[in-house]
Amino acid sequence: MKLSSLIISMSAALSITTVSGNAYAAGDTVPVKAMADALHLVLDSDRTIYTRKIVNRLVKKEKVIKASEHFDDDKALVLPAQMFRFGSELVQKRAKKLPDVNFSYSLQSIWPINKQNAPKTKAEKDGLKFVADNKGKNFYTEETLGGQKYFTAVYADTGVAPVCISCHNKHKDTPKNDFKIGDVMGGVVIRIPIDG
Amino acid sequence: MATACTTNFSHYKDVLFLIMSNRDNKKIWLMWLGLMFIFIIYLTYTLTVSKDKSIFMPGELTSGHHQIGVACDACHGESFSDKETIQNSCIECHGDQRKKPFDSHPREKFTDPRNADRLENINAIYCVTCHVEHQPDLTDKTGLTQAKDFCVHCHQDIAKDRPSHKGLEFNSCASAGCHNYHNNRSLYTDFLVKHMNEDDILKTAVVPEKELASVLEEITSYPHERYPVIPLTLKNMDAPPKVLLKTSENIKHDWLNTSHAKVGANCSSCHITESEDDAVFEWENKPDHKSCIKCHDTEVNHFMQGKHGMRLKQGLTAMTPADSRLPMKADNEEEKIDCNSCHQAHDYDLHTASVDSCLSCHNDNHSLAYKESSHYTLWNKEQSGELEKGSGVSCATCHMPRVAVDVNDWLRRTVVQHNQNANLVPNEKMIRSTCMNCHGLGFSLDSLADESLIKNNFNGRPKLHIESIDMARKDNERHLKSINNE
Repeated sequence: MKLSSLIISMSAALSITTVSGNAYAAGDTVPVKAMADALHLVLDSDRTIYTRKIVNRLVKKEKVIKASEHFDDDKALVLPAQMFRFGSELVQKRAKKLPDVNFSYSLQSIWPINKQNAPKTKAEKDGLKFVADNKGKNFYTEETLGGQKYFTAVYADTGVAPVCISCHNKHKDTPKNDFKIGDVMGGVVIRIPIDG
Repeated sequence: MATACTTNFSHYKDVLFLIMSNRDNKKIWLMWLGLMFIFIIYLTYTLTVSKDKSIFMPGELTSGHHQIGVACDACHGESFSDKETIQNSCIECHGDQRKKPFDSHPREKFTDPRNADRLENINAIYCVTCHVEHQPDLTDKTGLTQAKDFCVHCHQDIAKDRPSHKGLEFNSCASAGCHNYHNNRSLYTDFLVKHMNEDDILKTAVVPEKELASVLEEITSYPHERYPVIPLTLKNMDAPPKVLLKTSENIKHDWLNTSHAKVGANCSSCHITESEDDAVFEWENKPDHKSCIKCHDTEVNHFMQGKHGMRLKQGLTAMTPADSRLPMKADNEEEKIDCNSCHQAHDYDLHTASVDSCLSCHNDNHSLAYKESSHYTLWNKEQSGELEKGSGVSCATCHMPRVAVDVNDWLRRTVVQHNQNANLVPNEKMIRSTCMNCHGLGFSLDSLADESLIKNNFNGRPKLHIESIDMARKDNERHLKSINNE
């Protein structure tokens, strides 16, 4: 059974919230919003751990290795944003072989270093603006792309470490050079296909 | 009108009747039917049994595929079923080459729904969107069948992001030294900046050492158990007695002095072939690539991805120089190409494999001019010991370069890239894998853009200039200025 057919209608799904301590019963379907939130929690946690315990620890604290956008040529660690993107590309590849699983995600910004990571669809543009203007809130909507309907969620991506800020501010391709710690620098967009 | 048709039709039947009623014509009809029957049998046989199916070819193939044109299923699969089958065939042979140094347009990027609108303009999920076969009139020399300005579909705003690109035509993106779709990150701005002030010839001009013996233990596919890495002597030779009796002293001497004897590769390593059930072992007097692949799998697999070995990969007879579309020497046209065509059997002298073997077949201007080039002078000096190891430039130095390859998930080693096509088209792919071992980036870019220089085998200086470094330099200066102004 496809993931999209497992999902209860959108209005119902959006009305369900998973409160801490609530458990699903066996055979329950996961509401699409809860699924997107769960995916984001995993993605964000993994990237946070990579940023803190690998990149920042080895580059800034231990000073034993560099992290570089050109990691292959520079024999360096991949940047956290690249780690995130490579994971997304691997998901695209692997999910193809799993008919029950279908979702995609990307890291985007209104101020992207790589212009291909600027928001493209209306949902992306609205969502990235919303999470930048409304700190602490997520953005949920539906959109149709290539004839398929999607539940699209956008989560704020905040600059937490000094190195995120300094690197983005100094990069020669950055359109914005006054980011400060705690600023929303972009957003994670998660899409799940839905019926309808 | 209706009447006319009826009249014509009955007239046609009258003629048919006249033909059929004539005894001689009847014979002709029977003959025709017989011939048709034979023809149908022939077509059915060709379609279902024969390896050569070229009779069904809808249009001439590119020089990349014409050698295997007789085996339709190599690309189309058994059933000619769908685009995915063809896609998998493309990846089967070309997948590795797309990954290095960096594929900036991977399929996964375009299967993301946010790019669904882009796929309507150019379906980047399938290789055949830009590389349609059987269309010789539409295909350029790189195998591209899209309009040259195809980058415009997604990068129409590039001049806004990169002021240096203002005014450039979209059909110039792939000009030598700039972008190519599959490895467009190979000459990125920071790389150009890093290498922008290099001399034409670098102070250290040597190619890297290849690695095999030193990393043998880490190669999981190596038959360690059967052939442990122990140096062998003449006493250890394990050929059957009757073969040993006939083996000349020269052969024994040659083997003993190669790495084969030093790492435990005995007579049986190459000369014993396993039957399919892995039980019966037979002595093979003239072993082929199927023997070599047991220890040199990366090299042989690369060889079979290139033009020299692609027919073997498809289970066809080996390529002969006569199969090539390049000018070849007439006296060697029927030579069947296998590992032993370039590497002799027991004394695999690399001078032969790197120069003499190539020139025994290749007869184009570039090949013929090699011995007049300074590259050849360096090669001779290296061979005579006048220059250090790795400082000469043979045919193989550029066309079968020593490159770092991820031979499995855990090991990267420097191997001789035996797919001679891997860095050939577009030729700037050669810059990083080859030229930059000895030359500065700017000199390399200009040289590879100058076709007359390629023709005379780089005998002289480039007369063309590629502006990519200049553009990167300006971008960099602009960037430094903006930082300083802050």
